[in-house]
Amino acid sequence: MEQTRPALSPVPVVHLRGAVALLGRFPALAGVDLDIEARRIVLLRGANGAGKTTLLRTLAGLVPVAGGEAVVLGVDLVADPRAVRHRVGLLGHATGLYDELTVGDNVRFWARAAGADPADVERALTRLGLDGRLRTVAVGRLSAGQRRRTSLACLIARRPELWLLDEPHAGLDQEGRDLVDTLVREAVAAGATVVLSSHELDRSLQLADSVITVAGGVVRPDPSPAPGANDGDAR
Amino acid sequence: MTTQLDAAPEGLDSTGSRGTRVLGVLAIVGLAALALFGLVLSPPDASQGEVVRILYVHVPSATFAYIGCFLTTIGSAMFLWRRSAWWELVAYASAEIATVFTAIVLVTGMIWGRPTWGVFWVWDARLTSTAMLLLLLLGYLAVRRLPADHDVRTKRSAIIGLLLVPNVIIVRQSVQWWRTLHQKPTLLANGVGAKIEGLMLFSLFIGFIAIGLVFAWLLIHRFRLAWLEDQLDDAGLDAAIAERRSEGEPS
Amino acid sequence: MIRDALLIAGKDLRLELRSRVALNQVLPFALLVLVLFAFALDPDKSVLTQATPGLYWIAVLFSALLALQRSFAIEATDGNRDALRLSGLDPAGIFLGKVMAVSAQLLVLEALLGVGVAVLYTSRIEGWILLAVTSVVATASIAAAGTLYGVLAAGLRVRETLLPLLLLPVLAPVLIGSTRAFEAALNGSPSEGWPWVGLMSIFASLYVVAGIFGFGPLLEES
Repeated sequence: MEQTRPALSPVPVVHLRGAVALLGRFPALAGVDLDIEARRIVLLRGANGAGKTTLLRTLAGLVPVAGGEAVVLGVDLVADPRAVRHRVGLLGHATGLYDELTVGDNVRFWARAAGADPADVERALTRLGLDGRLRTVAVGRLSAGQRRRTSLACLIARRPELWLLDEPHAGLDQEGRDLVDTLVREAVAAGATVVLSSHELDRSLQLADSVITVAGGVVRPDPSPAPGANDGDAR
Repeated sequence: MTTQLDAAPEGLDSTGSRGTRVLGVLAIVGLAALALFGLVLSPPDASQGEVVRILYVHVPSATFAYIGCFLTTIGSAMFLWRRSAWWELVAYASAEIATVFTAIVLVTGMIWGRPTWGVFWVWDARLTSTAMLLLLLLGYLAVRRLPADHDVRTKRSAIIGLLLVPNVIIVRQSVQWWRTLHQKPTLLANGVGAKIEGLMLFSLFIGFIAIGLVFAWLLIHRFRLAWLEDQLDDAGLDAAIAERRSEGEPS
Repeated sequence: MIRDALLIAGKDLRLELRSRVALNQVLPFALLVLVLFAFALDPDKSVLTQATPGLYWIAVLFSALLALQRSFAIEATDGNRDALRLSGLDPAGIFLGKVMAVSAQLLVLEALLGVGVAVLYTSRIEGWILLAVTSVVATASIAAAGTLYGVLAAGLRVRETLLPLLLLPVLAPVLIGSTRAFEAALNGSPSEGWPWVGLMSIFASLYVVAGIFGFGPLLEES
């Protein structure tokens, strides 16, 4: 697989034209047009059920594209959605961790599955503040915020080219939210691209370069977003 | 989720056609001929007596049950290989009809066995493997009819369908060894394997034709019904997309 | 593929070491089944001793169902299925890893259950080589077919009821084969047992191949 640096690649990191994604028979994405350039931080906003999560999962290659064009990191998702998966990192509502295994076991397993360097595992654990006592605690005994940190550690150990963060601030304390923002900026500085959805609009608008409004399974043209306006379903 | 299904699917709008009606009439004629030859014209068997008449239904049913299983496996393979929805429906329709035919085989076999062997059931290799076949088919149908997403059901049932014939072969082989290692297969000596000729052979021949026509007729109708059901599901998609887009319109 | 298989098998076995579900729940269940057979069949007549191979493999089969349910239950929580799909692991490797982990647990269970049978049913144990080979081949068959049908049933609301319906008829040849091979070994006529080992080897191969090719498409559906 050619390792084009995202910054130099001629094609945008995300290129969707009329992309339709079905959940069962329900068109969760009803024809999305979206282009995202490399090293951008893009905020998705929209009401619950607008299609933000499905959009992120589609970009990760988890939800098949039933119609239209979809190219992510140069991979045609219509033809082969699997090829993009190991190059993206998705942080969803579910953490994807094994409750009975320890924090260290979990991060090591998912990092090794992605072929990551053992040194990256240590770095990720330290970066998320999980290298102390927490390292040997079973994930099932963690608080929601600690689980989220573990999940983030798995993500950064994999060094993905495209970060897809579904409400990364949810369930974290002030310190944790600041850490998320720092990690996002570091990732972009290192060449990655970030797409996130968040209901923490004040915080996210400071972080993001651009804002995209999703409603009814499509992207709405919305050039001048007013912070916090008309998005009344904060969790 | 609400999808609008008021638009009638185009093209095929009934499971019947001129061809299937002719086939249906032929099947009825075949069954009438089978009744005539099987019940009236053919003589009772020298050793089995009148009971032999049930074999004119039993043996052809078993044959077509197996044909249905092969169609299920072939259809599943073609679906997995070529993504052909047409073959998937062939597999599903065949499996359903093969299940009915396997049940007929078991019931007629037991009715035949009661006067012949004195009991409804013996742990004979053929009986046992037929019962296992029925259970394997029920497993396939259980997955194909799951209340789950269409793609989930078809893909999972296709894997089971693909393994159906290999499973049947291995089950048959193991059951055969299981019985023959312990007792000689004496029961079949005066059973299905016995030589038949003349009018009795002709009656069996009529049985194959009549049951075959019934099988074909059922298969075509079941296939078309399943196809129409799929059409109905697909018809709502454009409307559903329009409806979904309108959710986000500022009112 | 092998690297991924070992990674998954290691993870599953580590998880078992930490949670001890197989040890604390499945093994006692298997022993309980042995005791229940003694209640159902008169232990004073030699029925139990005569039927030992069959009862033993029935107990293994039911325990295997529990072990398989467990093997997929750990992947069913909190988005692990998505995480596996995103991980970049080869689906064939995931399949083989799961088969290895289930096989390892079942082999330990079978050894302990064998001791239980020898003590509880006072069965004489002979023909060690045939017994051991039969156990390995039958276990591989159960684990391979069970893992394939396990992922077929995984992610469905009805998985607990569906798996036995799908799996037990398919495993009938393995039950027959392992039971006859054990009988042959215990009766001191091992030559009658080896054809069954051959049949089960074909069975195991069929399901390993089917799993290697079928696991990927099945993992995709959720």
